[in-house]
Amino acid sequence: MKSIGTIFQREINAYFLSPVAYVIIAVFTVFSGYFFSVMLGITQETTLRYSLAYTQFILSILTPVITMRLFAEENKTGTIEPLMTAPVTDFEVVFGKFLSAWALYNIMIAPTAFYIIFLKWVGSPDYGAIISSYIGLVLMGGLFISIGLLVSAITKNQIVAAVIGIVALLILLVIGLASSGSEGALYSCLRYIGTYDHWETFTKGIIDSRDVVYYVSFTALLLFVVVRIVESRRWR
Amino acid sequence: MIKVEHLSKRYAEVYAVNDISFEVHEGEILGLLGPNGAGKTTTMRILTCYMPATSGTATVAGYDVFRESLKVRKEIGYLPENVPLYPEMRVKEYLSFRAKLKKLPYRERKMKIAECIEKCRIADVQNQIIGTLSKGYRQRVGLADSLVHDPKILILDEPTIGLDPNQIRQVRQLIKELGEKHTILLSTHILPEVEMLCGRVIIVNKGKIVAMDTTSNLGSQFRGGDNIVLEIRGNGEKIKDALSNIKGVKKVVWQDNGPVSNFAVEAEKGVDIRDDIFSSIVKNNGIIREMKRASITLEEIFHHITTQEKEVVV
Repeated sequence: MKSIGTIFQREINAYFLSPVAYVIIAVFTVFSGYFFSVMLGITQETTLRYSLAYTQFILSILTPVITMRLFAEENKTGTIEPLMTAPVTDFEVVFGKFLSAWALYNIMIAPTAFYIIFLKWVGSPDYGAIISSYIGLVLMGGLFISIGLLVSAITKNQIVAAVIGIVALLILLVIGLASSGSEGALYSCLRYIGTYDHWETFTKGIIDSRDVVYYVSFTALLLFVVVRIVESRRWR
Repeated sequence: MIKVEHLSKRYAEVYAVNDISFEVHEGEILGLLGPNGAGKTTTMRILTCYMPATSGTATVAGYDVFRESLKVRKEIGYLPENVPLYPEMRVKEYLSFRAKLKKLPYRERKMKIAECIEKCRIADVQNQIIGTLSKGYRQRVGLADSLVHDPKILILDEPTIGLDPNQIRQVRQLIKELGEKHTILLSTHILPEVEMLCGRVIIVNKGKIVAMDTTSNLGSQFRGGDNIVLEIRGNGEKIKDALSNIKGVKKVVWQDNGPVSNFAVEAEKGVDIRDDIFSSIVKNNGIIREMKRASITLEEIFHHITTQEKEVVV
């Protein structure tokens, strides 16, 4: 278990030693700021709800860029070999990498806290809804990162990892979005699998245990699969 | 220390390693020699628990590589081929990361890292970013990494590949020094390296062991008898007859160059005829200007074994 911290530390350092972290944070800040100002102008409501709804699109594109290097780079350069022949378990490697990407994700969304100060300045925001939105944002990040980690683990090519990750996340977003408002078992099933509905509840200021369970269990399942993929090298 | 029994590794239809068995004893340096693609790296990857074998068993330091992989990995220091390192890290930072990963206690860590830096002579680059290092330094950083937790066994995959002659010499010297404290299994396709470093050699080809012996025994095994090359001043004809009559001589080749003749005398296996040659030449009033034993090199054995030639030509 101690190795999780070691790997986490190395991965976080690697992010900030390369331009990746700074570029991603900058891009995210620019787009989320744009949506924030536009939505504030249109709705005239002191809430993050609408701007964060758009933010999900940006996150679907940026999170795979965070995760793409985690395994693909090691597979390509061969550093996976000394890593996996060190006395660490596959779970420690996977979880350490997951935590580092999640930490970067949270650092990336942190600057949006500035919008709250701004909202307070122009009106009286609903803090409860804002807090629940952030809880949802963090949980969703965990899911997005585990998906990105999974595609990174199956390829040597970072670009491929990023593209497949983006496509997967957008599909997950779109199937929820497209089937919202429609009736029937199929649609409600798709709505449940898609991320959009679960995320929307959080932005309304509701922390529903069903949504928490959705994110946490989906993330755990994917991480389990990633551990198996990494491990598969040993029995393939 | 390492025991391999009937180990095989199959990729689809092709055997990369086919039913090999060998043992590495404590304190020895064993060389795994073979042409590219012979199965050296695969064997090492199985031993370091990076990939499993298709069949057969391997134990390292008494632990099974498949079932007790974590324990095995604690006992070995592994230098993979081409030495993959994280290019964005600094040398010392990397070694400290690796030491932590290998569960070296906090108090020992600093000391052990400093020791490795000194041993591998990388003190002058310890604060440099790995990506900027030359191949020779990278190799030594890799070696330092494999040493940092003071493992009993070192597994080095092509430790001198891609280095310039001076660097090769330095790395070899280092390995030789390490051999005094560690059990080493190293792979290479460079023959003089094996002759210089290893006590014992395993020659592999196409996934199979084709020869396994001590470096010196391998020589005599494939050599027929001795070949003595002579340069003699005197009566060539007479001396040729005298040489042919020596007991144990198989064949005499005479090249007449006027007053000085060249001879090549082939002896039967295991017979030393040099004393007899000397006295019979002296008896026939010849003067020996040169006498040497042409010994077969590992290079020739290797070539012979891996290309299935009938006879070794010296």
